[in-house]
Amino acid sequence: MRSEQKKRPEQKRARERRPHRAPWHGTASKAVLYLLLAVLSIPFVYPTVWMILAAFKPAHEIFATPPTLFPEEWTLDGVSKIFTVTPFARQYLNSLYIAVIVTVVSIVVCALAGYAFARIRFPFRDGLFLVLVSALMVPGEVTIIPIFRWVSQLGWMDTHWPLIILPIFGPQCVVGVFIFRQFFLSLPAELEEAARLDGLGRLGIFARIAFPLAGPAIAAVAIMKFLNSFNMYFEPLIFLRSEEQFTVGLGLTQFQDGYGEPMYSTQIGATALTVIPILIVFLFAQRQFVEGLARTGMKG
Amino acid sequence: MSGRETAATADGGPRRSAARRLARNDAAVGLAFVAPAVIGVIGLGLIPFGYVVWYAFHDWNPLLGEFTWIGFDNFDRLLGDDVVWGALLTTFTFTALLMVLNISLALLLAVLLNQRLRGITTFRALFFSPVIVSTVAWVLIWGYLVADNGGVNGALALVGIDGPNWLRDPNWALVTVVVIQVFKGVGMNMILFLAALQGVPGELKEASRLDGAGAWRTFRSVTLPLITPTILLVSIITMIAAMDVFVPIQVLTSGGPGRETTVISYLLYQTAFRQNDFGYAAAIGVLLFAVTLALTMVQWKWRRRWVHDEV
Repeated sequence: MRSEQKKRPEQKRARERRPHRAPWHGTASKAVLYLLLAVLSIPFVYPTVWMILAAFKPAHEIFATPPTLFPEEWTLDGVSKIFTVTPFARQYLNSLYIAVIVTVVSIVVCALAGYAFARIRFPFRDGLFLVLVSALMVPGEVTIIPIFRWVSQLGWMDTHWPLIILPIFGPQCVVGVFIFRQFFLSLPAELEEAARLDGLGRLGIFARIAFPLAGPAIAAVAIMKFLNSFNMYFEPLIFLRSEEQFTVGLGLTQFQDGYGEPMYSTQIGATALTVIPILIVFLFAQRQFVEGLARTGMKG
Repeated sequence: MSGRETAATADGGPRRSAARRLARNDAAVGLAFVAPAVIGVIGLGLIPFGYVVWYAFHDWNPLLGEFTWIGFDNFDRLLGDDVVWGALLTTFTFTALLMVLNISLALLLAVLLNQRLRGITTFRALFFSPVIVSTVAWVLIWGYLVADNGGVNGALALVGIDGPNWLRDPNWALVTVVVIQVFKGVGMNMILFLAALQGVPGELKEASRLDGAGAWRTFRSVTLPLITPTILLVSIITMIAAMDVFVPIQVLTSGGPGRETTVISYLLYQTAFRQNDFGYAAAIGVLLFAVTLALTMVQWKWRRRWVHDEV
């Protein structure tokens, strides 16, 4: 009895440290779990590995039966044409600069709005917040029709303006506002009181106190905005016409030779070039990506 | 009385007027801070939606320069249009299949990954990685793998199965797109479920186990009810995203092989930007919005039946 009592707190601590240990403690069940996870991960990992290797295959090997993972004959035929058949470098730069502008401006716009909704009392605050929430329900595929009309009236077809302005100010900004609002709600009020006593105005409090503390929210919004913009496909498809203006996503679907035949390994190599840099960043900042994007509930 | 007033003026007056000044100032600053987002969302979301409704009552072909009021003609046409109803049915099938596969796989992965084992974070990253990859890239690569003589059929041939031409076979095209899309997005739902599972108090599971419940019984009766709020959230987000799926359809099948994968948003795109029938496309857009809204409200209303804890 006594020994049991003595043991109990210890057990409890062990449980707290490893709360989920119990069902998988045996070596055999551990092995089963690893095996199951390994099998399940195939469709998530194989396409990426295959893509990197297939870029170096001659066309006939890409569809070889039985399928091969490693090229039997390594060739640079495909990848060497990535930048020559279409202005792919230009398209890559287009996507990069658009994504950077969208990310930076979005952070400012969303942080300002999120801060005001969280910390400032102003007229119509709840009503305006409701306006933002309701806009989330409107699908972008639907509102593109009038926006298409305005863009052509403004003479902005085949320019990057709609691709920059829509993600920053359109309904897509709402999620960013939510993230910042959520973050600023948790900020202790004493910080602002102290800053106000020091004579800072609202803008000063925001710029010098609140915003610099918002690192996690900034990271979450930055990751979401950059990925969304860099991976954008629908809007470029609607607004862009000429190859030089294309973004990468659109460019990827354009790899054809002079006869309209698809250039397999070139397309696969170009796809790899757009995916791999992002995967590498993800490798180093996994936690920020996973936690940041989980806040957004973003759908791919 | 007057003494009290003087005291108040001397004591709280300046502070109160300072507070009032600050409040007035706050009103202006607050409105200014939210202005870019609010004006943008109204101007690029709500007003365009109003225009879509307005356009739906017009015959509008920008190429011909037509824009004429035709009343409910577009909606009449909608009601009798088999292509639209077919696309709506395809959208429902797509959404239902995707939700079932995505949510059950996400839950399974979350349960498997909710262990403190070496290397578990690596697996978490592997399952999550397609989320950050662009949809175009993801479906392009899968398009190669599910081609008639691609890797999937090659692997099936090794075990003696003669696989179909997944995207060209009318029976398989939609399912194939769903599965590719599930692999793309399931990592996100997995993470949301994982967070919910980690919020389930260990004592409850322990208590259930002490009562003699097995692992499955504990999961079914303790864990699952406690994470129903997350399941509701995940199913609403997943549904809304599935209802207006576009990119995988456009890149993989262009709505084909016949019309088997023509979902509503793809039909809308074709009607507007390929056939220049913008008025009719607007009517289809109104339909898509109404259906999505109705389904979301149904899910929200039904939550009391199965969601454990009110959020």
